[in-house]
Amino acid sequence: MQTQFDTTMRSRPRYGVLEPRPGLAHLIVADGEGGEAVLALFAQAPELLETARVIYMPGANGTDMTAELEAVKPAQFSRVPSYAAGRQRIVKVLGDAHMGLQVYVTGTEGLMGQVQRDAMEAGLPHDAVQTEHRGSLVRRVQCVHCKGITEHVRTDPFQCGHCGLNLFVRDHYSRRLAAFQGVCVDAEDPGEVPPAVERFK
Amino acid sequence: MSLDDYFHDETYFGDFTYRNSPQAIKRFPFPFPEDDYMYSVNMEPHVPGRKGSVFEHAFDVDEHYVAQMRDRARVLAEDPLRCQSLPHMTLAGWDLLELIMESFARDYPQWFELHKDGNRWHWINRPLGIDDKFTFLDESTLPYGPMEYITRQAQGDFTLQDQRNDNLWIEAGMVTTQADWSVDFDIGMNFHEWHAPVPLAREMGVFDRALKFLLQLQHGAPVRRFNWTMTVDPLLDTSPENYHKWGPSKTTMTRETIGRRQHLRVELQTLFRLPRSNAIAFPIRCYMISFQDLVTQPKWARRLHRVIRDLPEELATYKGFLRNRPLMVEYLSQFDDGKPTSPGWWPEDE
Amino acid sequence: MSVGATKIPVVVTEVVEVNSLIKRFRFVREDGGEMPGFSGGAHTVVEMDDGGTRRLNAYSLMSDPAERSGYEISVRRDDTGRGGSLFMHRHVKPGMRMLISPPVNLFGLDLRAKKHLLIAGGIGITPFIAQMAQLNALGARFELHYAARDRELGAYMTELSARYGDRVHRYYDVEGQAIDLPALLRGQPLGTHLYVCGPKGMIAWVLGTAGGMGWPKGALHSEEFLAPPVGQPFTAELAVSGITISVGAAQSLLEAIEAAGVEAPYLCRGGACGQCETRVLAAEGELLHHDHWLTDEQKAACGHIMPCVSRFKGARLVIER
Repeated sequence: MQTQFDTTMRSRPRYGVLEPRPGLAHLIVADGEGGEAVLALFAQAPELLETARVIYMPGANGTDMTAELEAVKPAQFSRVPSYAAGRQRIVKVLGDAHMGLQVYVTGTEGLMGQVQRDAMEAGLPHDAVQTEHRGSLVRRVQCVHCKGITEHVRTDPFQCGHCGLNLFVRDHYSRRLAAFQGVCVDAEDPGEVPPAVERFK
Repeated sequence: MSLDDYFHDETYFGDFTYRNSPQAIKRFPFPFPEDDYMYSVNMEPHVPGRKGSVFEHAFDVDEHYVAQMRDRARVLAEDPLRCQSLPHMTLAGWDLLELIMESFARDYPQWFELHKDGNRWHWINRPLGIDDKFTFLDESTLPYGPMEYITRQAQGDFTLQDQRNDNLWIEAGMVTTQADWSVDFDIGMNFHEWHAPVPLAREMGVFDRALKFLLQLQHGAPVRRFNWTMTVDPLLDTSPENYHKWGPSKTTMTRETIGRRQHLRVELQTLFRLPRSNAIAFPIRCYMISFQDLVTQPKWARRLHRVIRDLPEELATYKGFLRNRPLMVEYLSQFDDGKPTSPGWWPEDE
Repeated sequence: MSVGATKIPVVVTEVVEVNSLIKRFRFVREDGGEMPGFSGGAHTVVEMDDGGTRRLNAYSLMSDPAERSGYEISVRRDDTGRGGSLFMHRHVKPGMRMLISPPVNLFGLDLRAKKHLLIAGGIGITPFIAQMAQLNALGARFELHYAARDRELGAYMTELSARYGDRVHRYYDVEGQAIDLPALLRGQPLGTHLYVCGPKGMIAWVLGTAGGMGWPKGALHSEEFLAPPVGQPFTAELAVSGITISVGAAQSLLEAIEAAGVEAPYLCRGGACGQCETRVLAAEGELLHHDHWLTDEQKAACGHIMPCVSRFKGARLVIER
């Protein structure tokens, strides 16, 4: 199902619902439950299948819709184990593309943010990339102190996987880093760390 | 007076030897024209102000110049990510370099000289001992990019905003004297996004109005506004990057040390439309004054007491001094006899 | 001007007849100083005293932005217009003193672009001349496609070809040449930005074709200054000033407000920038919206008017000015 987000923080990204748009080519990237949104898109516009290039990775939670997606026979389908492993493919498609390419990304925030960043680096305006959130709400968070990125953050606060500081997760989001901001929670009173709450499931 | 006599040799970390001279106290840009404060756009034309004031010139170069540039170099050596410029902002960097060099050379000819022969420029900065010849608009002739080169020689933080799609995008910045925000994190954001953490203001429509105003900002008609916060010890670099290092200082202030350690931190923010890039330059100049120096001006002492006492809790939290507010109010109340204050912030207009 | 910049007193130093419809004017500062630098795509508003009528027309700056000794504009004569271009053609001579505004850019280059695709029709070439000078100096990748009715009216085509070689593509309507837009757009690398300036129909065609081929809005840029249309005279009540003014047939509402001595904000005077947007407090009749600032819904709601180009027909109009 689509996800509702609190929109009080204006740097927080907002996501829509994938809709077919005219274009010369269609790049579709999804992880985990994002596969459902891809199937919904194809059901709405089967003609996209003829030119669609789908890059899919199973979710960190194990959700794998490879079989369902392959079954609808998009023009090209690649299953990759993770975003990191698939990034070269995504960047290659963008680098070879002409204006008129449509980019669709669906699944977790971390994936959508990173593909949007790749598309921006290739020269597309960020709002040209369509996004739809599906699945887990785990966050990709940058530690403002050591700059290390921790993937799949579930709790607030959490311990930075790189420098070990206890970080609270701000809703402040950087498109360029494709990450939320983590700031030391006990800077003023070292050691006074509130209990971790599972905010992002 | 020799350069060495005028410019202080002082530090903004460690032993914190930063001090304001009596003249610097008198000209301190006290930011409260009234006894209460609420977040507002409060922009006015940045035209030359009273002689001797921080508004006298487009850019204020004061007794702290050399020491502040030394502090910037120290911060950059530790963390080069404090200065970043996305590739398309280089032209705006040249615009900024031209603006600062022309202003400095015009307003402080005893310290700075700029000689132009077409695009061959010769820049002399006596206080910092710089004498460079370079080609304007040719990055290969400078030791740094144009924005970094000139902002290593100008007090205050600087950001450059690109204008497109009816918005402003913060896409370059030199930020080492900031009130707790990260240029590394915020770069690439639009106007609403980088102001997102400010409480109350969005509901008031402050940012929509400010953006509309700034999109129309014209070359040759800069504007200015104030912002303010509080800092314990005269630490210029209150960065989020180092928050875990400076955060504990807030907990060690006492009745005995507050007058010396607590500083009102004022930002004089100016905005200039840049000619060749159509970008907007946003210099954020930081001034700090200790409470014990501030209360030497009776009008400021009375007013600051009332502002701090009555500030909405969200703002005290956002500005990071909720914890010490009772201590501050207690200290300042000694200097508030309840008498009315005159409008405006000039100390002598009693 | 609402945002505080002061006008620049200039002297006209050159008036050149480019062809039977277009004249080029060069302005230098009266005090001999340098002009402000500007960015390609910027315009200036030229103030004219046309036999007692004050006219303010916006023209794109076409000189090299790096060249600060003067500004150049080109003006196409419009024999059926309200008279601004006729005044420039008939009365502006070398040596004349005039006032112009500092440059304002509502048609800026997106310097993030991997490539800039420029499409011009007729006099719409002028902002591109300044933009190409700037792009060339920056070493940026660009390509111009420039269409005109015939060789005679294709102002500056030969000079631009000489300067930029095969980056300039020329098309003459009378010779049956037309831009093959779908083919042109199909081949552009990702990261290309498209800019179009020319007649209304051309802009709509280019933007419509590109949108239909999947180009994102953020990569499409256009500029069209409307000349305020001639219309029927009408009256308007200015609620804040407490006066009623008459708007002549060849006068805009904005000009009539200014003629009455009331200050009103503006930047482009061509229905594009939004600066002069004014609230309508009462309208017994029909607002004739000519701008491309208000949305269709806003126009239908009759709550706002752009006095630089829009008019009124009916019994009573009250605006907040």
